[in-house]
Amino acid sequence: MDQDRGVVGHIRRVGRYTLDGVARLGRAVVFFARLVPGFSVVVTRLSLVVQQIYMTGVLTLVIVVVSGAFVGMILALQGYNTLVRYDAQSSLGLLVALSLVRELGPVLTALLFAGRAGSALTAEIGLMKATEQLAGMEMMAVDPLKRVVAPRFLAGWVAVPLLAAIFSAVGILAAYVVAVSDLGLDGGVFWAQMQSGVSVTNDIMGGAIKSVVFGLVISWIAVFEGYDARPTSEGVSRATTRTVVSSSLAVLGLDFIMTAFMLRGL
Amino acid sequence: MDPRPIRTQPLVSVHDLSFYRDRRMIFQGLNLAIERGKVTVIMGGSGVGKTTLLNLIGGRLTPAGGSVTVDGQQVSALARRELFRLRRRIGMLFQSGALLTDLDVFENVAFPLREHTRLPASLIRHLVLMKLELVGLRGARRLYPAELSGGMARRVALARAISLDPMMVMYDEPFAGLDPIGMGVITKLIRELNDALGMTSIVVTHDVAEASAIADYIYLLDQGRVIAEGTPAAMQASTAPEVRQFMGGLPDGPVAFHYPAADYLADLLGS
Ligand SMILES: Nc1ncnc2c1ncn2[C@@H]1O[C@H](COP(=O)(O)OP(=O)(O)O)[C@@H](O)[C@H]1O
Ligand SMILES: [Mg+2]
Repeated sequence: MDQDRGVVGHIRRVGRYTLDGVARLGRAVVFFARLVPGFSVVVTRLSLVVQQIYMTGVLTLVIVVVSGAFVGMILALQGYNTLVRYDAQSSLGLLVALSLVRELGPVLTALLFAGRAGSALTAEIGLMKATEQLAGMEMMAVDPLKRVVAPRFLAGWVAVPLLAAIFSAVGILAAYVVAVSDLGLDGGVFWAQMQSGVSVTNDIMGGAIKSVVFGLVISWIAVFEGYDARPTSEGVSRATTRTVVSSSLAVLGLDFIMTAFMLRGL
Repeated sequence: MDPRPIRTQPLVSVHDLSFYRDRRMIFQGLNLAIERGKVTVIMGGSGVGKTTLLNLIGGRLTPAGGSVTVDGQQVSALARRELFRLRRRIGMLFQSGALLTDLDVFENVAFPLREHTRLPASLIRHLVLMKLELVGLRGARRLYPAELSGGMARRVALARAISLDPMMVMYDEPFAGLDPIGMGVITKLIRELNDALGMTSIVVTHDVAEASAIADYIYLLDQGRVIAEGTPAAMQASTAPEVRQFMGGLPDGPVAFHYPAADYLADLLGS
């Protein structure tokens, strides 16, 4: 393997990684196209999807609620600290709400979801592949894309926006508690500022769109990595890691792009 | 094409089959026929492609050349829908059992029924209990796959494989990793199911003793083709060296013990 040393070797390696990456992306797109017909499961076997939403919800709900509460409290403290310099602490409610609804709710929920449910999804599908459960289904004339993958994908897609909404709601409540009990702000002002300042079409819709996109991308990456994993324990563990890394990066990158578009008014 | 009427044709015929994995030859010029109602054993060392052959018959892999015909239909030419219809009539017992780990024994056996039929729950219950009774595990219906021994898991997988009353069952290494009693149980089950339910059975194994005990007909594979075939008695009596080597369990002979490699001495000296 002398050819892999030196400058030429580096160029070769870069080329190989690039080709691998492009090939993987291509496989992911083809996989998605094959997955789409399976979406009919919503009509034919809705219970499968609901069951999966329940499973992912249980997996992620606690961590989302706890993180939402902490983030809300931190926002209240930090926000107050800055606003009070301009004597604008009455806007704390607005600041917290906008930060959560437009940015932190969707993004942090997505990152938590990727680490908790996304990785579990990859591991589950990868293990089913490694233990021939998927092959077994195929031989029983059951399409695993439809029976196993599609319900999990759809459930993840739906779960992220729901969890993001819960995250923001819990965060705002926690900020309210801190603001009123610890910082001595007036509760009525906190809510009134928020109500008049947060726009449904702009802020709430913007946040919702983001979390829908994040849900789609994370679930797609998670099921693809599981299905594409090499059917060994090492292959599954690598795939799980890749899910967390690539979906986190994808979430942050897409967030930047979407934010840029939204702030310029689409 | 075979001019005989479909009833007397073999259930499965493999004609001049070739198959490759990353340019490595697995099969080339493979021909064999599985007769209806018989237990046909396919033998060969590990890695000759026995599992691959079952996947080719089940249509999970596509041959590079030649054809596989099951009950008059050429498998690789079938549209997905027809392929799935054909697979409903074929049961397959995977080497690992391939039971669904998130379902208990009962639900595993019920799985194909729930997926493919609209039978009422009470009837499904009856059918599942009947299949479990056949394999002697009616009492284990609430256990999960992780709680089963290897032999039990394989019997559950067998109950599942026959839950839609298939015309044919393919067994991939059904004896591997079982104790002698477990082996005896599986051997008896394969024979009974084959004869009582009028099924056709394909058993893939490298276990000579069990193969001889159960087979109506044996094919011996090596180097991507059939190197010998016949009834168990004929195989035992064969004087062909490669057959004697395999049937007698001799470590080396015409059938190479070594995976193809560079010259040993040259390798050691590290040129
Ligand atoms: N998914 C795969 N990818 C690449 N090679 C494979 C794959 N599955 C099996 N093989 C190779 O094909 C050959 C035949 O495998 P297999 O049919 O499992 O053999 P057997 O069941 O007779 O032990 C082996 O050499 C194996 O390494
Ligand atoms: Mg095998």
